[in-house]
Amino acid sequence: MRVSLFITCYNDTLFPETGKSVVRVLERLGHTVEFRAGQTCCGQMHWNTGYLNEAVPILRHFVEVYRDAETIVVPSSSCVSMMRDHYLKAAESVGDMRLAADVQALLPRIYEFTEFLVKKLGVEDVGATYPHKVTFHTSCHSERSLHLGDIPIRLLKQVRGLQLLKLENPQECCGFGGTFSIKNADVSSAMLADKVRTVLNTGAEVCTAVDNSCLMHLYGSLHRQRTFVRTAHIAEILASTAGDRA
Amino acid sequence: MTTQEQAHWSDRDFPEAAKELLQDSQIRSNVRHATNVIQAKRNNVVGELSDWQQLRDAGAAIRAHSLAHLHFYLAQFEEACTRAGGQVHWARDSAEANRIILGLIQKHDAKEVIKIKTMTSEEIGLNQNLEANGIHPIETDLAELIIQLGHDKPSHFVVPALHKNRQEVREIFKREMNLPDLGERPEDLASAARTYLREKYLRVKVAVSGANFLIAENGAVCIVESEGNGRMCLTLPDVLISLVGIEKVLPKYRDMEVFLQTLPRSATGERMNPYNSIWTGVHEGDGPKEFHVVLLDNRRSPILGDAESRQTLQCIRCAACLNVCPVYHQTGGHAYESVYAGPIGAILTPQLHSMTEGRSLPYASSLCGACYEVCPVKINIPEVLIHLRGKIVEEDQKTFSGKFGMWNMGMQAAAFLFASSSRLSLAQHLGQIGQKLVVSQNGVIERLPSMLSGWTQTRDLMPLPDQTFRDWWAQRKPSADHGIVKEESDVE
Repeated sequence: MRVSLFITCYNDTLFPETGKSVVRVLERLGHTVEFRAGQTCCGQMHWNTGYLNEAVPILRHFVEVYRDAETIVVPSSSCVSMMRDHYLKAAESVGDMRLAADVQALLPRIYEFTEFLVKKLGVEDVGATYPHKVTFHTSCHSERSLHLGDIPIRLLKQVRGLQLLKLENPQECCGFGGTFSIKNADVSSAMLADKVRTVLNTGAEVCTAVDNSCLMHLYGSLHRQRTFVRTAHIAEILASTAGDRA
Repeated sequence: MTTQEQAHWSDRDFPEAAKELLQDSQIRSNVRHATNVIQAKRNNVVGELSDWQQLRDAGAAIRAHSLAHLHFYLAQFEEACTRAGGQVHWARDSAEANRIILGLIQKHDAKEVIKIKTMTSEEIGLNQNLEANGIHPIETDLAELIIQLGHDKPSHFVVPALHKNRQEVREIFKREMNLPDLGERPEDLASAARTYLREKYLRVKVAVSGANFLIAENGAVCIVESEGNGRMCLTLPDVLISLVGIEKVLPKYRDMEVFLQTLPRSATGERMNPYNSIWTGVHEGDGPKEFHVVLLDNRRSPILGDAESRQTLQCIRCAACLNVCPVYHQTGGHAYESVYAGPIGAILTPQLHSMTEGRSLPYASSLCGACYEVCPVKINIPEVLIHLRGKIVEEDQKTFSGKFGMWNMGMQAAAFLFASSSRLSLAQHLGQIGQKLVVSQNGVIERLPSMLSGWTQTRDLMPLPDQTFRDWWAQRKPSADHGIVKEESDVE
């Protein structure tokens, strides 16, 4: 299958390893990955912060870039939820019915990375080895917008050497929320403190999720507190093989 | 008779009020405990219904239908209620509602009124207005009594004293009821409240209530409650005045089938409320001799006119969204500086003030979506939050300080970069160089300037890696043997 990778703006800039891992997993499974250099951002930050008029050109750009793509894979559930929950409404809000039609045609071809593996490809064992104690944080959009359910967990359970440790209240928000973490920094930090405590309680070496946004937030506190817990996007775990340096 | 001076809401914005409440470990621990208990009960009784999602759909459909035809159902209610012997009054705003209620009480020369928990009366500041006119309101709901005696304000519209624990309640009762030997068992406190209130029920001749539902087809009014204080107030006094928001009307009696299942389960985690009172007009020799309904608009009509946020008025005030909200868990209700706290308060409050107050509230959410998931009438609160943020941004952009403020400038700059991958790429490269100014010796960013400083007060930030993904890709496959590197297809 020819898979077009939408890396997302913050993965592109901050988490290139996640993108490399997605490529590695998909190619290992025999698929062809393409990267459209024209891509930028899904528009989520602007939309969620209330800059609705500013978000529309960004999503229009996304639609232009991917209009003829066969399948689009995105290693971020919050960006996919932006597309599924808001794109159509955004297009309609500016009265652009052509854009709305394009969005409707495009949406069925967009998948979150783990959703693509399990739902579209029917694969749970991607041949990964990752000999570490890992806990999984259920990001809000993966749970309540994409309804991924146990999809990421099923993938992690097939990873050789991985010991999965259960997180308490896994689906409670980590407090990131995009610009919420800045506009309401105190409340966001208090939410993060609760989340970090549950992560530390598991005794895991690595906390993973399907969204680097939550992980960046968690890392911020885990690092500030000088803990030894690392964060890693689920793609990085699924890309790891026995030959990798742990 | 001593007056019960109530605490007032301040005009602090959410981040400021929240910051203060986050320092109060007692309130935080009380809120956490109470919301955890209610949530566990709620999840238990919701989980036992196999048709819960269908009930949510039905509830949403009934409420949306009622709002779409509100003028019709309100007129039908007025007609039916009047026919049954009730008197219906229409109040455009709080001032008018206060005037009507005060007039009715004064007509009967009453100096005291007993009250059933009504958040709508908190919305219009009824107690303060009555006190100012020499009439003493007595709250009979246990939690509202605690609030009133404690000179406090409600922090939750189902469990108003949720932020108080038992020891604190005991101290208030000891002091205000003059009971130095009061025990601290729940039954000691309940017994003290019962003794205090019984005497009032038997003496006071006028009661003020809110309502959970109005039923258009027969003019009935419904209140569900847990303590029986409501039943006392609805049946013992000579005069009953019910203050009700216009959005609370349902078309038919049988619509209650849905809400009497979803409301108690969502609100208190009970299969049904201990007391469900539904009454119609007045009846010779039974209940109040005079019954008034005051229908309150108070800026609800403009909300109806906004197709995006009209769903706000579907709310049946179960407060499930408060109990599940991770923001509310941290701060409790007082941070919202409004009668209506939590996620629903964050969308309702600013709209009830035509977006002139409570403007920080739509931002008091991480948009985690937990509120929408539990809402028994499927109000898409995150969607409305974003809609209201959009209104605020658009208004701010019309002002000089808004247009040239840090947020707008930053967002405009970001939008400019995201319009083109070459601009984004250039910005990434500039960021990789420029960040040397902020990266600490240990390789992370520990301090950011200006509006971004909120991030680094508790969190480190990893620096930008040396190579972006797009640069890695361009370098990895110059011949594009595995994929097509598309030409720039930028929309300039």
